[in-house]
Amino acid sequence: MVATSRSVYDWAGAAAARLGLNRDSYLVAPGLYAIGAPDRAAPVLVTANYKLSFDTLRFALPGLNVWLLVLDTCGINVWCAAGKGTFGTEELVHRVKASGLEKLVDHRRLVVPQLGATGVSAHQVKKQSGFSVQYGPIRASDISTWLDNGAREFEGMRDVTFTLKERSELIPVEFHLVLKSMWWLFPLLFLLSGIGPDLAFTSRLMSRGVWMVSALLIGIGSGLILVPLLLPWLPGRSFALKGAIAGLLSGLLLLFWAETGLNLLESGALLALVVVMSSYLGMNFTGSTPYTSPSGVEWEMRRAIPVQFCLSIGALLIWVGAPLVLS
Amino acid sequence: MKEFRYIHGVSSLCLDQSLCIGCKMCSRVCPQAVFSHQGGKAAIQDHDGCMECGACGVNCPVGAVSVNPGVG
Repeated sequence: MVATSRSVYDWAGAAAARLGLNRDSYLVAPGLYAIGAPDRAAPVLVTANYKLSFDTLRFALPGLNVWLLVLDTCGINVWCAAGKGTFGTEELVHRVKASGLEKLVDHRRLVVPQLGATGVSAHQVKKQSGFSVQYGPIRASDISTWLDNGAREFEGMRDVTFTLKERSELIPVEFHLVLKSMWWLFPLLFLLSGIGPDLAFTSRLMSRGVWMVSALLIGIGSGLILVPLLLPWLPGRSFALKGAIAGLLSGLLLLFWAETGLNLLESGALLALVVVMSSYLGMNFTGSTPYTSPSGVEWEMRRAIPVQFCLSIGALLIWVGAPLVLS
Repeated sequence: MKEFRYIHGVSSLCLDQSLCIGCKMCSRVCPQAVFSHQGGKAAIQDHDGCMECGACGVNCPVGAVSVNPGVG
C-alpha cells in the first residue's frame, strides 16, 4: 500500500533533487506496489524507480485502485532511462515475471507511459511475457482522466511541452552541475588578471580580477538562466547562437552600466568571454530539452566548438597581454 | 514541437511505406506528432520536428521505420 498524498519528507526530498543534492540516489525499490485496493481487474501502471517519477505518479492517483509496477532504472526518470534502455523491454519482461503479476490480475495489459516507448518494444513485450502494452499519457496528471474515459486518446496527452515553468525547474540543477565542473575557472582567471609589468598585482586583482569574475558570473548566468527562460524569443535554431546572443546582450549591459575603468582591448576580451561562456552553456542546454535531436546537436557542435575555442583563447591572450602591451 | 523548432534537415528518421501495415503505432508513441496517416499507411508529415528519440522504430512491428542518430 502506497500513500497518494505528499508528506513533508516528499517535499524536502523533491526540493533537494531539483537542486542536485541527492539527485543520484533518490530512488525507490523496484517491484509491484498497490495504490488503494486494486483487484484482479485493476490496471497495471508501469513507472521508473526515480523517486520524483514515482511520487509524481502516485500523487496523481488519489481515489484510484491500481497496481504500480516499478522498474529498476537506477533512479533515472522514464524518458532518460528509456533512451538508455534501462527502462526497456528486457527489464519490463523481467519485472513482470519476478513480481508474479500474472497470478494477481486476470487481464494481460500493462499501461506504459508514452515516453517509455523509446526503450520498450510493445510487440516484443507481448511475445516475451504475454502482456500487451498500452501507451498511456505523457503526464501523470492526465492518467486519472484517461482511465476514467476508458483509456482512449485525447488531444494534448501525446505531445511533450516545454513551458516556462518546465524550463525554469531545470535551472537549479544545471547551476549545480556547471559550478561543480567549472569552479576552478574562477580562481584561475582571477589570479591571471593580476599579472602585469610591475608589482601592482593586488591592485590589478581588485580591478581587473573583480571584473573578470563578474564577467564569468554573467556569462554563466546568461547561459544557464537567460537561455532557458528566453528560449522561444532568442533568435536562431541553434542553441550556440541563442546563447551567444544572450551573452552579447548581457555582456554589453555589464560594460555599459558598470564603471569598469577598463580600456577598449580589455573590454572587448571580457565581452568575448561572456559570449563564449553563454554560447557554450546554451549549447549544453540541448541535453535538457525535449525537442533537440542528437543529429542536430552534432551538427551545431561541429560548427560552434571551433569558433568558441578560438574566441576564448584569443580573448584570454588579449586579456592577459593588455597590461603588458599598454604599459 | 510546434512552438520550438530545432536544426532542420538533419534527422535520420526514415519510413519505408511499402512495409507499413497502417497500425498507427508510430503516431501513438511519437512525442512530436511527426507522423500522419493517409490511405491506410503512415506518412512523415513533419520530418524536421523529429528529435530522434527512436520510439517509432522500436515499436514498429514490421520494421518500416528507422532512426539512427549516430553517436547521440
